[in-house]
Order: sequence, then C-alpha cells, then structure tokens
Amino acid sequence: MRTLTNLTLAEGRDKLAKGEFTAVELTAAHIGAVEARRDLNAFIVETPELALEEAKASDLRRQAGQAGAMDGLPIGIKDLFCTKGVQTTAASHILEGFKPPYDSFVSAKLKAAGAISLGKLNLDEFAMGSSNQTSYFGAVENPWKRISDPKAKLVPGGSSGGSAAAVAARMVMAATGTDTGGSIRQPAAFCGITGIKPTYGRCSRWGIVAFASSLDQAGPMARTVRDCAIMLGSMAGFDPKDSTSVNMAVPDFEAALTGDIRGLKIGIPKEYRPVGLSDEVAKVWDQGIEWLRAAGATPVEITLPHTKYALATYYIIAPAECSSNLARYDGLRFGQRVAGKTLDEMYAKTRAAGFGAEVRRRILIGTYVLSAGYYDAYYAKAQKVRRLIAEDFRKAFETVDVILTPTAPTAAFGQGEGTDDPVTMWLNDIFTIPTSMAGLPGLSLPAGLSADGLPLGLQLIGRPFDEETVFKVAGVMETAANFTARPPQHPPCGCGPKGECV
Amino acid sequence: MSLDKATVRNIANLARIEIRDEDLDHLAGELSNIMTFVEQLSEVNTDGIEPMTSVAAMTLPLRKDVITDGGQPEAVLLNAPEAEDGFFTVPKVVE
Amino acid sequence: MAYIIQGETGDWEVVIGLEVHAQVISHSKLFSGAATEFGAEPNTQVSFVDAGFPGMLPVINEVCVAQAVKTGLGLKARINLTSVFARKNYFYADLPQGYQISQFDKPIVGEGEVILDLPDGSTRTVGIERLHLEQDAGKSIHDMHPSKSFIDLNRSGVALMEIVSKPDLRSPEEAGLYLTKLRSILRYLETCDGNMQEGSMRCDANVSVRPVGSTELRTRCEIKNVNSIRYVQQAIEFEARRHIDVYETGGTISQETRLFDSIKVETRSMRSKEQAHDYRYFPDPDLLPLVIAQDFVDGIKAGLPELPDAKKTRFMAEYGLNAYDAGVLVAERISAEFFETVAKGRDAKIACNWVMGDFFAALNATGKTMENPPVSAKDLGALIDLIGDGTLSGRLAKDVFALMVETGKAPGVLVEEKGLKQVTDTGAIEAAVDAVIAANPDKVQQVKDGKTTLLGWFVGQVMKATQGKANPAMVNEMLSKKVLG
Ligand SMILES: [Mg+2]
Ligand SMILES: [Zn+2]
Repeated sequence: MRTLTNLTLAEGRDKLAKGEFTAVELTAAHIGAVEARRDLNAFIVETPELALEEAKASDLRRQAGQAGAMDGLPIGIKDLFCTKGVQTTAASHILEGFKPPYDSFVSAKLKAAGAISLGKLNLDEFAMGSSNQTSYFGAVENPWKRISDPKAKLVPGGSSGGSAAAVAARMVMAATGTDTGGSIRQPAAFCGITGIKPTYGRCSRWGIVAFASSLDQAGPMARTVRDCAIMLGSMAGFDPKDSTSVNMAVPDFEAALTGDIRGLKIGIPKEYRPVGLSDEVAKVWDQGIEWLRAAGATPVEITLPHTKYALATYYIIAPAECSSNLARYDGLRFGQRVAGKTLDEMYAKTRAAGFGAEVRRRILIGTYVLSAGYYDAYYAKAQKVRRLIAEDFRKAFETVDVILTPTAPTAAFGQGEGTDDPVTMWLNDIFTIPTSMAGLPGLSLPAGLSADGLPLGLQLIGRPFDEETVFKVAGVMETAANFTARPPQHPPCGCGPKGECV
Repeated sequence: MSLDKATVRNIANLARIEIRDEDLDHLAGELSNIMTFVEQLSEVNTDGIEPMTSVAAMTLPLRKDVITDGGQPEAVLLNAPEAEDGFFTVPKVVE
Repeated sequence: MAYIIQGETGDWEVVIGLEVHAQVISHSKLFSGAATEFGAEPNTQVSFVDAGFPGMLPVINEVCVAQAVKTGLGLKARINLTSVFARKNYFYADLPQGYQISQFDKPIVGEGEVILDLPDGSTRTVGIERLHLEQDAGKSIHDMHPSKSFIDLNRSGVALMEIVSKPDLRSPEEAGLYLTKLRSILRYLETCDGNMQEGSMRCDANVSVRPVGSTELRTRCEIKNVNSIRYVQQAIEFEARRHIDVYETGGTISQETRLFDSIKVETRSMRSKEQAHDYRYFPDPDLLPLVIAQDFVDGIKAGLPELPDAKKTRFMAEYGLNAYDAGVLVAERISAEFFETVAKGRDAKIACNWVMGDFFAALNATGKTMENPPVSAKDLGALIDLIGDGTLSGRLAKDVFALMVETGKAPGVLVEEKGLKQVTDTGAIEAAVDAVIAANPDKVQQVKDGKTTLLGWFVGQVMKATQGKANPAMVNEMLSKKVLG
C-alpha cells in the first residue's frame, strides 16, 4: 500500500485512467494512512465511510467514461470549508457540532471534479495562527523531525497546518488550504510540500468560514507544482454568490509547465533580508536565484520599500475585519451556547468560552482599532499603507515577471517555542503578508533541507491573475531543487529524512 | 500605545466577550504590546493616499431581483442551540 | 402657524428631524434571494445569508439599487454614482450577522427636498440630508413566553431606504405633513407601499427644543420606531414638553434613544440601545464600491411618473382648482387618476365637487378603497352628464348617486328602472302648476300684492306634486308667468 500513498495527483490520475488500480483501492490505502498517523492530529473529522462510497461512485463514473479532472483522488478539506452534513468547526469550540446545510463553492467544485474527501483537517482556530497551536481540537504535529532531536515535536506551521502535515505524511494526496497572511505558504514550507495562494478573487470565498474577507483566499496544497496546478484548476472559477469573485476564464494551469523560462526577469527584493533571517534560509534563496539564472532567466534586484510596514498593516486590517466577521458566533443560531440570565450575558459568556486566547485577542484589537476616535489613526491609516504596499508590487512588476523570496524566515520550530509573545510569533509571516496585502498569487515550494534535516521553502510571487508564470517558474525550480527528502513514516522510531523505516 | 484596564473592559463589552478581573492586567499588557507594535505605521507618509479597501479591481456586481432562496425553516433552525415553534429563542429581552 | 410652547421661563420652539425607514418594494431581499412578502410563517423567508451562517456572502439586488435611485430623483436629490456599503456593528438578537450592512459616509443619494402643503394653501420646503440603502433586522417577539424572546428572521435582510430629513421641521403638525407628503411621493414612485401598520414605513424622530429667537441646536433625543403619523406627533409633543420641563427646572438633557408608549402617550429611555453607541462602521470587505452609470440614472429619470407637486400645479392651471382641492386630489396617484377620468370632457369644478363631496363621503361611509371604489369614475362621469343634459336635477342626482353606491348599477340603468327621469314635458308641468294655483287663490293674491318670496313655496308644492321629477327651472319660469302675469 505504501506505493499507492506515495503517488502524486498526476500519477494517481494517469494510473486510474489506465486502470492500474481502482479509486476504492486508492482511497482505502489512504484511509489506512490516515489511521496510521492519528498521532499527528491532522484531522478533526475523518469520513472514511463517505469516502469509500464516493470512491465506488467514482469507479462507476470512470467505467461510464464520465470521470472528472480529479476523479477518484483522495484529498483532505481544511475545516474552514463548510461541508454539507459534516461537522465544520474552524477548529473553534464555538462551532463544535455545527453541521452546515451546504457545501462551500470550492469544496463542491472539487467534489464535482470527482475528488474524494477523507475528512476535515485541523487548523489554527478561525485560521488565526502560524503554528497550528491555537486549535481547540489540539495542536497538529509536523511529521518532520530534527536530526539533532528526533523526539521533539515540531509545529507544521499554520493556519493550514493539518493540511500541510497530512499531505507531507502521505495521508492524503493533496488538501485544500486557505491563506489570509501566509496560511498556505508558510505551512507548506514547514512541511516540505508545495502550495499556492492564488490571486484574490480567483477562488470563491462562498462557504468558507471568513477570517479577514479582503485577504482570505483558498488554494491547493500538494506535493508537486504540477499537482497544485491540477488542483487549482478544479478549485478556481467565477461564482456569482461571491461579489469579489472575478469573472475570468480559468486557464489550463498544467499546460503552463513548459519548463522554459528563458528571458524571464526574476525580481529579488532587497528588503527581504531582515535581521532574524536564518543563514540557511538565505543560502537556499541564493541557490534558488542561481537555479533560475542557469535556466535562462535574469535575476533583477528590485525594491519593495514598504515591506517593513506590511506586518503592522496586516495586524490592524485582519483583526478589524475578523472582529466583525466573528460577531455572528453568538450562540443563537448554531454552535455552542453558554446560558446567561440576559441576552448580553449569554453573548459574553458564550464568546468567552467559545473562543480561544488568540482569537479573543484579535477580536479585541480589531474592536479597538475600529472604535470611535481611533478609526482614522489605525484602520484608515492601515488601508492607506496597504495601497502603498500594493503600489510597490505594481511598480516592481513593470520590470520583472515574477518575484523570488524565502517563504518563512526559519525552518519549523518546536511546539511551545516562542509562543510567549504574539508579536514574535507573527514574524513568521513577514515574507508572505505583503503578497496577501496586494492580493497577488504566491507559491511556496520546498527548495532544500536545513542542516538539522528540516525543509526550507522558497516563494514565487506573480502578477495578478498570472498564476501561469508562477507555475512555469516553479516547475523549473522544482526540477532544479530535486527535493526528494521525505518525513519519517513512524514517529517513535525516529527514522531518517530519506523516509526509510529502520 | 498603552491600553488601560477600563479601555480593555470597554472594548470587551463592545465585543461581548466576558473577561475575568484577574485576567485584565495580563490582557491589557498584551494588547498594549500589540498596539505599540502597530504604532510604527504613524511614521509612514500617507498624505493624499486613498485608503485601499479591496484589491479586486472591479465594481460591485448586481443580481437580478428574483426569489431563489428561503422556504427552508427546518434547515435554518437545525443547528440552533434553542428553538421553539419555528423561532430561535433567547433569554427574554426587556425594552 | 408657528408652534410655540409656553414655559415658565418663556416661549420655546421645537426642532425636529425625521429618519424614515421605508421598505423597498422588491421581490427578493437586498443581499439574498429570499422573499420579502409580509406575514409569512416564521423563518420561512430566510436564506443562510439572512441568518448570518458561516461563509455566507451578500450579493446586491439591482432592483433595490434602482428603487433607491428612483426615490432620490423623486426627492429632487443628488444621485451619487459611487457609493459604499459599510458595516454597522452591534449585537442584538435579531441581527444575525452581528452587523447591519448599511451606508455610512458615502450614501447612494445626497441632498434633496420635500415640499409641505400647508392647510392655508401655502407651501414650505423641508431639506433632505441623504437617503441610503440598508438591511432590515429580524423581529424579536417578547410576549410569547415568560422568560424567552422569540426570533423570526423573515424580515432580516429586506431592503430599506433610510431617508433622513434636515432638522427643518418646527411642529408636530409639520412632522405629520412631512410624513404624509413623503409617503405620497414613495407611493407615486412605487418604491415603498408606505404601509405603517405592517412596518413598511417606520419613523425615528429627533427632537430638541430651544428658546424662541435662538438659533442654537440643543441636545436631541431620538424616539425610535414610531409606527403611525399620529403617534409621531404625540411623541414629539410629549418629548418637547419633557425637554422644556427639564431645562426649566435646571436640568440637562442627555442624548439618548427613547421609546414611545402609545398607550400611556409618553416616551421613555430605551436601556438596551443606550448601552454602547459605538458602531465601528467600516467599508464592508465583502462588497466592492457600488458604481452606477449616468445612463442608468437617466433611464430611470425618463420613466418617472408625474409626481404630486407637479400634478397639483397642473390641476390648478388646467382645471382651475384651488390649492386645497388640488392638494387633496393628488395625495394619492389613484385618486388623482379617478378625478381626471371623471373630469375628462366635463366641467372640472363640478367633477371636483362630486369627487371631493359625495364620492369621498361614500368612500368613508362604505369603508371601501380607491382600488375598489363604491362608484367607478366612469359611472360618476355618466351621472354628471345626466345632470348636464337635464335628465336629472341636482337633487335627483344625489338620490341616484346613493342608489349607485347601494346597488353598484350605472346611473342610466337606475334612472330607467326607478323612473327617476326629470319631467320636462311642458304640458305635464303646466297641469301641476295650474292645479296648485287653483287650490291656493289666497296665496296667489298675496304674491300679487308683493310678497314674491311666496313663489318658492309654490315651487315646492309643484315639485311635491311631481315627486321631485319636474324640471325646477321650468317650474319657476311657468309660475312667475302665471302668478305674476
Ligand atoms: Mg439606519
Ligand atoms: Zn519508522
């Protein structure tokens, strides 16, 4: 069964088409992998029975010659996507038990393409976090291990930490993620997989639990660039139910993987070497630049002068939007309620008990920056700086085709490390947030290992709705990086980065 | 920027989140740190810059005025912690 | 008609601004596809968007946008081609999202005006500050259970136009005239049905007072959700008096939201709304700026109906009506149309007298509506024609009209059936005249001696003898000739 769970989406798709195995066999193998890696706590809800039923239906469709683009391929769904009849919690106690009477647009589209969901993946509560330690359902563990300390539990990154861990540990072939400030890219980097946050407006937000509406965007997380291209093709598309969804044809992303990047200009922002950037990350970045040069592209130094303000801007805008978006969790129509003598007491007790510390903190900050007398100084100011950040990118893209940066300043860290100060924790997103503020597509792919055996990611940023160039360059870089390392399969034995079990 | 306890109480009340007295000090400290961090934006010159509320370079799409939804009271009430006679219920509100 | 309140310390005037929430006429809600009809079973007209479910997003209804523009044009207001939806954040049981999507600093409609028709026939212009689109909340019902409130979200998300006046109103009476006129304009435009009982038009009144002669604006109180014009007037009267009493006893008025109790006829503080007035407005990130084209506005403008003010002016010029009559007739589009049907090709003043007099009286007496009137405009016109051609006397016509109301039959049919036709046959009238003269020789002598007022008595006797059917003009003429010689 090990061979089935090692396949990429593209391989699985082609072998299913050739009849080398059935969707039921492929699904069963992955269900076994999910059960074997419960120690990682990647899933909040497993749905093996549903998955097997869907797999049977998929095999019938294939026999009838009606297989979709992802037919029979087992994936996981981040528990921020509403799934009809299947508990959806956003990893929050306040939504525990909530069974949406609808499917999100994106998860419905994947289902329509034939993809088979194995269940709902863990995340930071309401997608607020960079280490997947804020989930009410417990932290997710990164399947990767430090060579120096194989017993230490590492974080998978966040907020799509369950998705990244499940893909890296071969529990699912791919997973959905969402990215508000780096929630696809940073965990992809921490777990040695590939993920792309597409352009804002490319994937419908309808049916995805909202965190910060002007930033939230769904995207695929998988083990190769090609797999991300395949899966994004089945997630993207115009949705009249989302007023920010863009009415544009979805290109054949896979076809963009030509391998030819000759003549492309690659922007290298000089502001992306801040204090605190690990030497190893810097080295991998330099290596990435060389790979692209060797393939015929031209690195060009660019300046994104407002980069240093992106984090502060984000930590005004995202909490402001979340304080309003999360007002609907009031114990009245769905989810958990704590009784109170009055309506206001019921609200206050329900929300105090239902939200975790990080979520409460962000709601309070957001409430504060929007409150009377502070709006102009904080929220309006942040919206103006946001425009300056977006302008930086617009100018840069007048001269370059794609921008290359590190994804995160460090490799995955240990659970419980650096959690005392929220602001320090937020520095993880320093390279991903500017892209989110500008709504641009950003892809992270694994480019190498740290000396301690942990994956390091590089980020490629593209022009609005030019995911194709991002994929094209990423494909070339993937080939050059030849990242074949895998996390150990069994945590207690501490087997090596090559993945062979001792 | 430092937030005093009264301010924290006030915003917690606006946000309808109950805060225990013993947590107030710690929370005020945390929130003050965050506000100090974001304070750096004040050094950016934003004269004449329009606030950016959305990156989507488009205007609001309009929908036709047709009835396409509703007629599903069971589904609407299905997840309610408390419901009676087709209504959601809450502790009595006195006006 | 200055409205002055005498206090202990001097004379006071009241300053009033009204905020009207008018429900937009549309099939579906402002941001969802659920129905808007009044009176449905609880929670049956609710989409997951209206119930604030996770991941649900708003998409705006184009008809609601058009209705707001149309109303703005009807109020002679500036239309803002770019407007922005903002979230107004507060917690309440019938506000599922925890915020109301409204418009804040960039409304769809800017300054306009409403012209009040005062009872003396003069007019006064009241400024409109703005009109914006917003969502209605659901409904909380507090009297179905001893310890619980019940929540129905059918109304949640229905489109409202909030129409805000400038603080230009100076008396409860003016407030009433403003609401009447605004309602009339909305109904002409067919953008709101103006039904205050069903809550499709609700009014918040901002009231303050100041000493006569002062131009200051003192602290105002907002009286929420008053649901009839009479109550609005009573609430203003009470509130103004309350402010004066507070000021005159050395107190201060604090800005607050108040509730009108129509049974006790008083206002009282609304504690639930008072608590926190920090709505934390910000542009709704789920909705992009609303941009409409000038062509769109021009198209709506071209299709506007003739509005009450223009119609009133025309009725005065074209039909020679006085301001009062014209004002009454144009208040509702349907009564203006009724009048014009009756007046067409006839004497407009006679038509006006009949509509304003017997017809409106019958409308009141029967409890019928203009949509289903007791007498049709066509039949009333036919009745007037029967007077004109001498078939009916004025007196007979009133009898026929009463029968028309009673039976619903056309006047011609009734005249035939009941034989009510006026007698114009000279021979028949002459016979009756002769008979009366012959029977009253003494009275004839008195007339001849100069007591000509007695002639009226003779006319009455002849009419009586002919059961009122004799043509009065002919009777008069014949009597004069025969008695006076
Ligand atoms: Mg309002
Ligand atoms: Zn092992």
